[in-house]
Parts: sequence; structure tokens; C-alpha cells
Amino acid sequence: MDLTTFLIQVLNALQYGLLLFLVASGLTLVFGIMGIINLAHGSFYMIGAYMAFVLTSMTGNLMLAIALGIPLAFALGALLEKLLFVHLYKRDHLEQVLLTYGLILIFEELRSLAVGDDVHGVAIPALFSASIPLSETLSYPVYRLVISAVCVVLAVGLYVLIQKTRLGMMIRAGSHDREMVQALGIDINRLYMIVFALGVALAALAGMLAAPVSSVYPGMGASVLIISFVIVVIGGVGSVWGALVAALVIGFADTFGKVLVPELAGLAVYLVMAAVLLWRPEGIFRKG
Amino acid sequence: MIPASISIAFRIAALLALAAFPLVGSEFYAEVVAKILILAIFAMSLDLLVGFTGLVSFGHAAYFGIAAYAVVLFSPPFAAANLWWVLPASMAVAAAAAFVIGLFVLRTKGIYFIMVTLAFAQMTYYIFHDTALGGGSDGIYLDLKPDATVAGITPFDFAEPLHLYYFVLAALVAVYVFLTLVLRSPFGRVLVGIRSNEHRMRSLGYATFWYKLAAFTLAGGLAGLAGFLYAVLFGFVTPEYLSWHKSGDVLLMVILGGMGNLAGAIAGAFALVGLQELFSDWTKHWQLLMGGVIVAAVLFMPGGLAALPGRLITLLQKRSGRG
Repeated sequence: MDLTTFLIQVLNALQYGLLLFLVASGLTLVFGIMGIINLAHGSFYMIGAYMAFVLTSMTGNLMLAIALGIPLAFALGALLEKLLFVHLYKRDHLEQVLLTYGLILIFEELRSLAVGDDVHGVAIPALFSASIPLSETLSYPVYRLVISAVCVVLAVGLYVLIQKTRLGMMIRAGSHDREMVQALGIDINRLYMIVFALGVALAALAGMLAAPVSSVYPGMGASVLIISFVIVVIGGVGSVWGALVAALVIGFADTFGKVLVPELAGLAVYLVMAAVLLWRPEGIFRKG
Repeated sequence: MIPASISIAFRIAALLALAAFPLVGSEFYAEVVAKILILAIFAMSLDLLVGFTGLVSFGHAAYFGIAAYAVVLFSPPFAAANLWWVLPASMAVAAAAAFVIGLFVLRTKGIYFIMVTLAFAQMTYYIFHDTALGGGSDGIYLDLKPDATVAGITPFDFAEPLHLYYFVLAALVAVYVFLTLVLRSPFGRVLVGIRSNEHRMRSLGYATFWYKLAAFTLAGGLAGLAGFLYAVLFGFVTPEYLSWHKSGDVLLMVILGGMGNLAGAIAGAFALVGLQELFSDWTKHWQLLMGGVIVAAVLFMPGGLAALPGRLITLLQKRSGRG
């Protein structure tokens, strides 16, 4: 592999890993703070991608679609939390698995009723549609760099939110000791709603950003869901920074697995996971 | 609680109904019921782990699929393998895979266990999906169903749907009785003890790891029996047999039926596949209804189907007590 190809693969791995981090961060927050295993999290990614498709065809611009889509996704998350997930906090993990599995089926069929089962493309905004030439034959699309940049900005934003703000303090406290947070007079229900809606919005945003690159297709939520769970577990359940590290590890394992051993590309991610968990059975950054 | 005599009478009635079904129902529905019975065996094997030992495996389809591939790969091309060696051999391959994977996954606990079992199942999925071993992503056909000839006598013939149906039913009863006996044995008591409190079992001197590994291997072998029968019933095997959807479906059957209850696992298989067949008859968008039922079941029916008769009786007693 020459240096240019290697560089391209590194950029691809980074972009894929960072995008996965957006999905996985919401999943790990919801599990770490609310104690909920949400199998329907991949559906929010799928819903985001389809929102990008529908809103872009209505407004003619992906950036406008994203600006509209984020508040919509946040509202959807808040609504779902109030109607359904609020009943799951005291339930067994297995019942959570069951209910959220039912939600996957519902979301997939609603998607099929509303938009159909065809594969759709979403146009890259004209502003970012160029490519940067790296050699005579190879170039790198600007839009992929934009995705990575947006993800980095969001990761930093999430860091500031969790480490430096009052809300972040409550989130951190909530993940350590739920009862104590309540005893201190913090409205835990509101906190849960915000965390859940934030997770939904992040997953939907990842779907919207990915739509032009991966196109929009039925079942796109399922593959992302499994990979996101792998990331959450490798990183240590509930740890956002663990999720970031794990997402990058998985991004590189998957991308270079496909380049180096194409026959067994699917295996690479799971081999990494098995190896990490045998080394540290509770993930890289397990919480104390 | 329901009196034991009623419970036993109900089980015998259910068995008689299943035995009589292919004689009165159509051939199509007999095949559907045979499929459900096989999945019920699969669900009981998982219930041994989830319901009785407290090990939530999200990768149980691996052993189902490995045995399904084993029967095809063991059969000579365009000829039938002999049932009496290919059945135990397929189950043994599945059990051996469960033993090896169990050595690794049983080091983890809780959600980590759920995810590592999934990871290993996905690995087996990709091995069959990405390599030419079993026909790749297209899957592979079983040219001829295994031949039951023993010492020159052929007691039954799997090409006859009726014979296959009764073989499957007999297998279901055998697994039910076998697991009931296992759970009553000292070994089964240790498993249930591990579910309630593994630390205490260990401090009592039980090497819990090896008990869990034995349960994991046994469950893998029984899932292999289900996979074997499934491959024989449908005559082909695809990587989908090992996919996480299959692992999820069987877990749903166990949860829906009520964990830690073998009859519940059977009821869960009937409920899930029965609803799938019913809804897909009505509409193309049957998953919407299925999803709605599952969500409603969790919200309004804690404890699964197995808890339903008990709850109904309590409700009736309250009513009559008041009136």
C-alpha cells in the first residue's frame, strides 16, 4: 500500500469511527445514566437518514434539512421518553430488550409505509461537493472531511457540556448515584428526558450526515445498532470517552480489515471486541 | 398458583392436540406447526441458560446454524446420510462449538456477556457468509433428507411430511422430559442456585464456572438438535440461520413465554410464530402489528405468557371473593 492510499484509508477510518461515535455516545449515555438497553437506537440513525432524504427533497438543501431535522429528532426523543421509556426504568433489562425490539419493527414498517422500500440517494450540498486531488489518479471528497470536522466539533461540545456545565454536572452525578441526585432536589425526570432526547438527536444527526455517503436504505439502522453496541461495550458501558476511543478503534479495524483481508472483513470488528473483552472483561474504561 | 393436576392435564391435552393436528389440518399448516415445534426446542435450550442459569445469551443462533450446516456438509453430494450417525454428529459439532466459545464468553458477566455471545455468533455468521465453506451468502441445499435405515429396516421416511412431523414432535417431548429431569437433578439445582446467587454457590464449594460451561455446552447441543431438524424440514441452509435476528427471535420467545419455564418457552414459540403467520396473512406491513403486540405485552403483561393463567385465577378469585 503506497502512502496516498494509506492516507485515504486513515481519513476514511477516522470519518467512519467519528460518525459511529455520534451514535454510540447517545447509546452509552442512555445506558449509563438511565440504565436502559435501547435496541431501537439504530432506528433513530435510520430515521435521521430518511429525514435527510425527505427534507432535502422538500427544501432542496441538505444543510437546511439538517437544521430542521435536529429539533424534530429532539422532539421525537422527548415524546418517546414521556410516552414509553418512562415505564421501563424499573423493569428488567430483558423486558427493555423486548420492548425496544418491538419498537424497531414499528419504526421499520412506518418507514416502509411513509417512504417505501427503495434505496435513495441524497445530494451532497454544492458547497462541499468538490474533491481534493492527492495524486494524478486519487482524490479525497471534501464532504467526508466535513463530516469528520462536524463530529470533532460535536465531540468537543459534548465534552464541554458534560464537564463544564451545570447540566453536565447533573448528568455525571446521575450516572453515579440516582437516589442521591434526587435527594438533592434535582428533577430527575426532566434530566432523563433531556439525556434521552439528546441521544436521539445525536443518532439522527449521524444518520443525516451519513445519508449522502452511504445512501438511504431499509435496514440501515440494524447494522449501525450492532456496531454501536460493540463500541459501547468495548469502551465500557456508560463512558463517553471510552465510546470515543472504541469508535476510533472499530473505525480503523473495519476500514483496514476491508483493505488488508477482504475475504474476512466482517470478522475484524468482532475479533477486536472479543480480544478487548478477554483482556478487560468490562471494557477499556470501566467505571469505578 | 394453579393446582398441579390441572397443569398436568393441560399439558397432556396440548400434546394430544399436537399429535392429532396433522390428521385434521392441512399439509401447509402441519409444516408451520412442525417449524414452531422445532423453534420451541430451540427456545427451551435457550431457556436452560436464560431462565434457569441466568446467562442471557444473545448468540444462541450460532449453535442452531452450525448444526444445520453440519448436516448438509456431512451428507454426501446427491445422496442421503444415515440419520443415526448424522444426527448425533451434528449435535456434537454444535456442542463442541458451544464448549469452545463458552470457555471464552463465560469469563464475562451481565451486559458484557450478552454482547460477547453476540460477537462470537456474528463471527460464525461471517465465516459462513464470507467463505465458500457453505456456499457463501446464497446458502446451500440439502440434496436428500437423512435416511433412517437401521440394520436393514427403515422405520420411517423423512420424505413423508407426516413421518417428519411426528419425529419432530417426539424430539420436542424428549427434550422437554430430558430438561425437566436435568433441572430436578443435583446438577440442575446448582444451575438454579447460580442464577440466584453465584457468589454463595462458589463459597459453598461449587466450581460454578464448570457448571456454567456444562450448561452452555448442553444448551448448544440441544440448539443443534433444533438446527438439524430445521435444515431437514426446509432442505436448505443459509447464513441467516446464524444471524443476530435469529438469536433475537428465540430470545423473544423465551421472554414472551416467561423465563425459567419450559412450557412457557413452547408457548412463546407458538405465540411469536403464530402471530407472525396470522399478521402476514392480513397485511404486507405485518411487522407494525407484531411490534405493537410486543410493546403492549411488555407494558401490560409482566412475567410473560407463563404468568398469565396464574394472574387470571387471582383476578377471578378476587371477583368471586367480592361478589
